[in-house]
Amino acid sequence: MSGFTISRRKMLAGSAILLASTAMPNFGWAQTPKKGGRLVLAADSEPRNLNPAIVASNGVFFISSKIVETLAEASFDGKDGLAPRLALGWEGAADGLSATFKLRDGVRWHDGKPFTSADVAFSALQIWKPLQNLGRTVFKDLASVETPDDLTAVFRFAKPTPFQLIRNALPALSSVVPKHIYEVGKIEDNPANTAPIGTGPFKFGEYKAGQYYRLTKNTDYWGKDEPYLDEIIYQVLPDRTSAASALEAEEIQLAAFSAVPLADLDRISRVPGLKVITKGYEGLTYQLVVEINHRRKELADLKVRRAIAHAIDKDFVVKTVFLGYAATATGPVPKNDPQFYTADVPTYAFDVAKANALLDEAGYKKGADGNRFSLRLLPAPYFNETKQFGDYLRQALAAIGIDAQLVNNDSAAHIKAVYTDHAFDLAVGPPVFRGDPAISTTILVQSGIPDGVPFSNQGGYKNDALDALIAKASETLDTSARTDLYKEFQKEVAADLPLINVAEWSFISVARDTVGNIANNPRWAVSNWADTYLAG
Amino acid sequence: MIRALMLLRRRVVGSVFVLLIVVIGTFVLLEAAPGDAVDAYIVSTGGDAGMIELLRHRWGLDQSELTRLANYLWALLHLDLGQSVTFARPIRDVILERLPNTLLLMVSATALSFGLGSALGIYAGARPGSARDRFLSIGSLALYAVPGFWLGLVLIVIFAVDLRWLPIGGIETLASDKTGVDRAADIATHLILPVAALGFIYLALYLRMMRAGMAEAWRQDFVLAARARGLSRRRLVLAHVARNALLPLITMLGLQSAQMLGGSVVIESVFSVPGLGRLAQEAVASRDTPLLLGIILTSAVLVVVINLLVDIAYAFLDPRVGAGEAGA
Repeated sequence: MSGFTISRRKMLAGSAILLASTAMPNFGWAQTPKKGGRLVLAADSEPRNLNPAIVASNGVFFISSKIVETLAEASFDGKDGLAPRLALGWEGAADGLSATFKLRDGVRWHDGKPFTSADVAFSALQIWKPLQNLGRTVFKDLASVETPDDLTAVFRFAKPTPFQLIRNALPALSSVVPKHIYEVGKIEDNPANTAPIGTGPFKFGEYKAGQYYRLTKNTDYWGKDEPYLDEIIYQVLPDRTSAASALEAEEIQLAAFSAVPLADLDRISRVPGLKVITKGYEGLTYQLVVEINHRRKELADLKVRRAIAHAIDKDFVVKTVFLGYAATATGPVPKNDPQFYTADVPTYAFDVAKANALLDEAGYKKGADGNRFSLRLLPAPYFNETKQFGDYLRQALAAIGIDAQLVNNDSAAHIKAVYTDHAFDLAVGPPVFRGDPAISTTILVQSGIPDGVPFSNQGGYKNDALDALIAKASETLDTSARTDLYKEFQKEVAADLPLINVAEWSFISVARDTVGNIANNPRWAVSNWADTYLAG
Repeated sequence: MIRALMLLRRRVVGSVFVLLIVVIGTFVLLEAAPGDAVDAYIVSTGGDAGMIELLRHRWGLDQSELTRLANYLWALLHLDLGQSVTFARPIRDVILERLPNTLLLMVSATALSFGLGSALGIYAGARPGSARDRFLSIGSLALYAVPGFWLGLVLIVIFAVDLRWLPIGGIETLASDKTGVDRAADIATHLILPVAALGFIYLALYLRMMRAGMAEAWRQDFVLAARARGLSRRRLVLAHVARNALLPLITMLGLQSAQMLGGSVVIESVFSVPGLGRLAQEAVASRDTPLLLGIILTSAVLVVVINLLVDIAYAFLDPRVGAGEAGA
């Protein structure tokens, strides 16, 4: 499968070919998968802990998802958007008090021991629930895991838990680690956290700090004929410009997670032998959000928040900040989500006159200097795009008489200022949508969250109706009723604007033409790469 | 010899105080920076209040600043640099892994800038005001004005991307299993571009100092006397004029070693060299106070040692210095 590419050559090939390439999944650069070879790719960070069962984050998955597998992976065409991995089947009980997983037979850990339901039970109870950054929320009501036989695991919940949520959480939250390795000593200090042992297509080889990670082929992998690659090398390239140069010099064959900056994509797409791929990140959507401190008197006024929403030209943001590699947002669920998204929400067209009128109405007249009031604006420094949008927002606010003072911090200082000290009026943040609003989205607007919790409502916003809606959805078991509640949630958020959703974006990969089977699932960069190959 | 030893003793005693001030200063500065190691960590993971509390406790961040500083100093007395928060490994190991790379880069770059810089300086200073003098002065000034990262990027584009003569970065070929001479040659090839980028910037400094010193020396009486003695021009330039201009360069060499460590932060990032500079940058970003303290301490020791060597060299090169010091 070729993936959607924007290379010049392909554009010239005409619309017929483009049509064919989307209609026929095997068109394009598809060759028969070839065995062998070393894939070298760029890595920009070196996570301290490589155990994905403890740290469910993309930076960790990028490397460890090839070594440690989950129960199921996201899929473009599978049932419920999932493809089986360590689990072959899953079913939730009607009362929401249990979920049964049928496991794959004949799977072995990298040290040769058999994989069984005991490993799943151990991972779920000893790691996901008590230790995992996301699992602590999703699995909070997990009471026990029964293992009637080696290939069946039955999760028992203390309170009814929607199976839709558990299912949607499987790709990111269900990494299974070996019980026999982790039951000795403290889980947090286990050496397997830095040299993981899993069931995946690749084994952990070595790590040279500041230089590379080497993964080697698991010859005993359960997938027939898989993996194709002999080795994967992650070359640590800390500088923003190095990935593009390394691709051009043919020192690496792949740069995922937008390691090549957007501004370089146009140039790099014209380099012969390189392709730019925008697919394969559908399950990893980041949202560009204006976070609002409702403790500030002016911002507690809905008219002011609506005025700010009207002042932002979302199309312009997508075009200039993201160079077109993004979509405008309507609410807290991204447009590309197949289950929950609804377009039926209040929208705020770009309209400076209306924004000014709303502010006048709210009683904040322009002073002699043309300003109504001033506020602190803190753009998150984690992405170039969040910083650039901060610059744009300052200008957009100036156009409606709000004087925004930009405060630039590094990551640690930004997290502290916004989520612990609440020393902001507006902030620009990039929360992640993880396939279900209950995983990391409702927390952005829900009240009653302790100070210091990052990527949560720290703006002092409290809306009893919305809180009730979130609580109700969290205990609604019926999938379609639950989905409807989240549609209502989107409407309420868009109407009351606890925060302002501006755009949604994902990442881009740049690869050599020889890399095959790129982007064939919605979380490709963080999937197991068992079928990735190198041609020629 | 006794003179040198006395100098050494006095310097070592002084250095301990310098290092203590460096450690406390760094600690206070980093504590004053908003956000701690947990704040930096949760940027990429998120997490609820319970998890954050757990991390703060495990990493010892729930203790007061004073307790942590006291613990650090106590451990330091036992020559223990402690455990890195970000790497979850002993800091000594993390630093020792990177130190050789930075030293290699620094020593090579210093040799290049000092060697080539003073040679060109002698060439220019042999005839102050001549065309070649002007050309070299302007050229070196231009190099000095160029930002290091930019020079690095340009070198990469030309020699690694377009011509493909040299590797784009790193300290050696990844996972190549090379050993012995092959490995040394491999590392040398990888060092060419970063050493050039780092060395060329400081080259101008030595060139201009040498040239200025020589221009000054030409006007001295002893040069006139030497000329009157009928010395050859070659001997005059090398043994009298250049030698007199050399002393300030040696002083500069000591001062420069500290700056070179700073400059290597940028060059190590651009060329993906796993060295101390890059490690320091990561330590600051992740608020890994003990790691940063370890790096600063290592660098401080390095700078102190280099300056000590410079002083000793000075004492030998210029008898007046030693005599003055001994009398004081």
